[in-house]
Amino acid sequence: MPDCSEQIRQQLAGLNLAPTREAEIVEELAQHAEDRYRELVSGGATEAEARRAALDEVGGHELLARELRAVEPADAPEPIVLGAGSKAHLLTGLGQDLRYGFRTLRKNPGFTAVAMLALALGIGANTAVFSVVNGVLLRPLAYPDAGRLLMIYETTAEFSQSSVAYLNFLDWRRESRSFADMATYRGDDLNFTGAGQPEQVSGEYVSASLFPVLGAAPFLGRGFLPEEDRQGAACAVILSYGFWKGRLGADPNVLGKPLTLNAVSCAVVGVLPQDFRFRENPRVYVPIEQWTSAELRTREEHPGLRVIGRLKPGATLEAAQAEIASIASALSRQYPKTNAGHGVKLVRMKDDIVGYIRPTLLLLVGAVGFVLIIACANVANLLLARATARQREFAIRAALGADRKRVVRQLLTESVLLSVGGATIGLLLARWGTSLVLAAAPGSVPRAGEIGIDPYVLLFTLAVSVATGVLFGLAPALHSANANAQESLKEGARGAGGGRHRAEGVFVAVEIGLAVILLAGAGLMIESLWRLWQVEPGFNTRNILTTKVALSPKVMASPPGIRLAYQQLLERVAAIPGAQSAAITSVVPLSENDVEIPFWPGTGPQPAQDRMTSAMFYIVTTDYLRVMQIPLRRGRFFTDRDDLGSPPVVVIDDVLARHVFPGQDPVGRQMSIMVVGPVQIAGVVGHVKHWGLDSDDTAKVRDQIYFPVMQVPDKFLSEAVAGLTLMLRTGLEPLSLVSAVRAQVAGPTQDQPIYAVRTMEQIIARSLAQRRFTMLVLIIFAGTALLLAAVGIYGVMSYAVTRRSHEIGIRTALGASRGEIVGLVLRQGMRLAAIGMAAGLVAALALTRFMAGLLYGVRPADPATLAAVTLLLGGIALLACYIPARRAAAVDAVVALRCE
Amino acid sequence: MEGRSIDREWKKGSAELLLLSLLEAVPRHGYELGKLIERRSEGALRFHAASLYPLLYRLEKRGWIQGRWVEKSGQRRRRYYRLTAPGRKVLASQRQGWQTFVEAIGRIVGVENA
Repeated sequence: MPDCSEQIRQQLAGLNLAPTREAEIVEELAQHAEDRYRELVSGGATEAEARRAALDEVGGHELLARELRAVEPADAPEPIVLGAGSKAHLLTGLGQDLRYGFRTLRKNPGFTAVAMLALALGIGANTAVFSVVNGVLLRPLAYPDAGRLLMIYETTAEFSQSSVAYLNFLDWRRESRSFADMATYRGDDLNFTGAGQPEQVSGEYVSASLFPVLGAAPFLGRGFLPEEDRQGAACAVILSYGFWKGRLGADPNVLGKPLTLNAVSCAVVGVLPQDFRFRENPRVYVPIEQWTSAELRTREEHPGLRVIGRLKPGATLEAAQAEIASIASALSRQYPKTNAGHGVKLVRMKDDIVGYIRPTLLLLVGAVGFVLIIACANVANLLLARATARQREFAIRAALGADRKRVVRQLLTESVLLSVGGATIGLLLARWGTSLVLAAAPGSVPRAGEIGIDPYVLLFTLAVSVATGVLFGLAPALHSANANAQESLKEGARGAGGGRHRAEGVFVAVEIGLAVILLAGAGLMIESLWRLWQVEPGFNTRNILTTKVALSPKVMASPPGIRLAYQQLLERVAAIPGAQSAAITSVVPLSENDVEIPFWPGTGPQPAQDRMTSAMFYIVTTDYLRVMQIPLRRGRFFTDRDDLGSPPVVVIDDVLARHVFPGQDPVGRQMSIMVVGPVQIAGVVGHVKHWGLDSDDTAKVRDQIYFPVMQVPDKFLSEAVAGLTLMLRTGLEPLSLVSAVRAQVAGPTQDQPIYAVRTMEQIIARSLAQRRFTMLVLIIFAGTALLLAAVGIYGVMSYAVTRRSHEIGIRTALGASRGEIVGLVLRQGMRLAAIGMAAGLVAALALTRFMAGLLYGVRPADPATLAAVTLLLGGIALLACYIPARRAAAVDAVVALRCE
Repeated sequence: MEGRSIDREWKKGSAELLLLSLLEAVPRHGYELGKLIERRSEGALRFHAASLYPLLYRLEKRGWIQGRWVEKSGQRRRRYYRLTAPGRKVLASQRQGWQTFVEAIGRIVGVENA
């Protein structure tokens, strides 16, 4: 029976059926005709009669078409051809592509899961980094027109960015024309009493101009009036939203009510909105003129005041810089004693807050890009492998009339579907991972509260996912579309082109190369941190509890009361079981606080400001050395006899000793300290790395002077003791003593709170937070890269083994041993790995130079690190090849050959 | 013979019921269905392929039957149809309807004859 498909097809031609549907109907009816023919022939009809009858049944007249028209819907006439079609055409095709893509992905859950996971890791990591970059670097500060906000610093010979003397600020503000206005502020802890237990609240002394300069206004009440920011004015206070809500129960009638801060009654005039952010988000704001310190009235001192200015519209930073500089130089002519050599430096507020972290974040952007490329290479490889398996499908589609563009588009739709799916998971990973990493390294990133998933991040993720979908889908798609339809159909299930294996090898080598770079970066950061942990800070960091203490407001009024209160407090605390010794200090090393004071040798008159050098100044009690276990080099430390009745003494560190008294014994010599006056040097102690384990060696001011609390003159005492820190050396875990310390500090009157409790080790960890953050993120990226690269090489080798099982079978049949087969596969895989590692090492040598600034004690091209990285990666690659190699060795020659 | 020629309209109305009934027990392919109808009606009923297949497609579209390509060794693949759960319900109700119809007709025709 000749095939009558053609006649049937002619019958259906007018119906415009979908090609696949038409093919089915034709096949079914042709089968029917054939059955009929056979039956007729076996019943005795001649072949010609039988053929005619059979044909008559299925294709002889219009009936079939008429009946079918009522049942079968017409379809577009032909497979859609991209390019020439109209818009509607394009969209129909797209819908079809999407539907088909979904179905294909659903049919291969294993492939889809692995590919999506790789993409989720890659895209998720990129989303995470972008959300940080977006929140920290890109997004403007949360003030209106924030680009016009500038920080104004003073500069001296010793400090490129010094805080500002209040009187200088007032002169700048009065004389400058470039700024709409300027404001100053200074953070301080305030003693809040009169509402139950006394409490230290973080406060900010601010000029009345601060809120207008920032462009912020209270949502309840008003900002400060200029007359509230004058000496002798009644105290006013503006509350943060958090304080108002948490501490005052969101009292709607709070305006005008008094709060007692530092024993002064302050009337509430405003409450700031919930989303207002400023610095460390202080709880209360008080006019700067309420700060009673004498330091406010002299140009000599720079008591931590910062100045912020809002440029007038149209004014530039450069012009403002020139203007303030000329004002400053006029001031230094006018007040040579205090202002000689002082300049100014303007910094954009955003740069001031986030500038230091930019290099780190850019490094991470680069690193995370590599992770994405690795993920793409991985998925491209998976797609290539699958494309080979689908060769027949494409050949059939091509034979049915689909053109090359159409196939490419179908494949790209599938890969974009994959990457968008991966991105969705990645978005969740990013959200979760970002908060996890930020929590693991607190304080490492500024503006951390503003990091999150916003529309820009979503847009970024979408763009990245579509771009990656096209990127990793393109090579496999082009490869598939180029496949020769006839060849593929002839070759059957075993079909594969040579190009694919080359591409696969390249992808794997690229993955391994990039993994080397990331591992090298992570390795260098680990090495840096490890070296930093080895740095001796100059004291014993273990088992020290630090906490700020506030004395009872009742004793603060009288200096002898203050001294007695401290003595008793230390005695009570030292008696706690588990406590070994206790001391008080004005400044804690490595805590980001510092006080510098100018000094000069001898007892002569004070030289000009620019002739003096500064030293770090610590006001401490007698047991400080014992608590910190700082070594005593010469002379003695303070004793109880060093009080107001005896001549003032200081203890200096060996850096100052070498610097000012080279080759001499400084003990017993005189020196002079600004404000304090002439003092005698009682002893020399070891240097403490106050500025940080990494940066102390390069700091400009390293000399250190210790001064006994008990010798602080009465008039400075109450100010000097505000915010002192209790240091307690313990024999037990320091934090286990916190409640005992709290009870003992509270004292008989129960009104002396402790706050800001930390161990010394926590302070040190925090000083390394940013490096730790960088290291942590790089380790995560490198780990991901390693995993993806291992999966990549494993996949390629597994596939190669499957493909070569025939050849391996022949080799085994010809007498190759298991070892030889394993060696064969390992050699092939390790050759790829070696190429990748070599290229990666070269690239790592070039790229790690850019992270030189983030390293400590290790060169970017550290041979040990690079060797370790190579070994690690080589080991993983070997393992990833070994599993398929073993499987290859297990190939049964008979089975492999029979498959043919 | 007059009695052997059954009107075309009759055939059309009952065709669905015939196909569903034949698929009730086992899945069958189109040619087999056509042959069975012809054989069991002793030649009184014959489906032309040009009506049989469109009708099968119609039933399939309604979800009463489902076709599936089955390959048996040494043969060309064939499309087998089986009754679906909804099809089973339709069959039951159509069968009931047919019964009622035939009985009604029978009563009328029988009375006249008696």
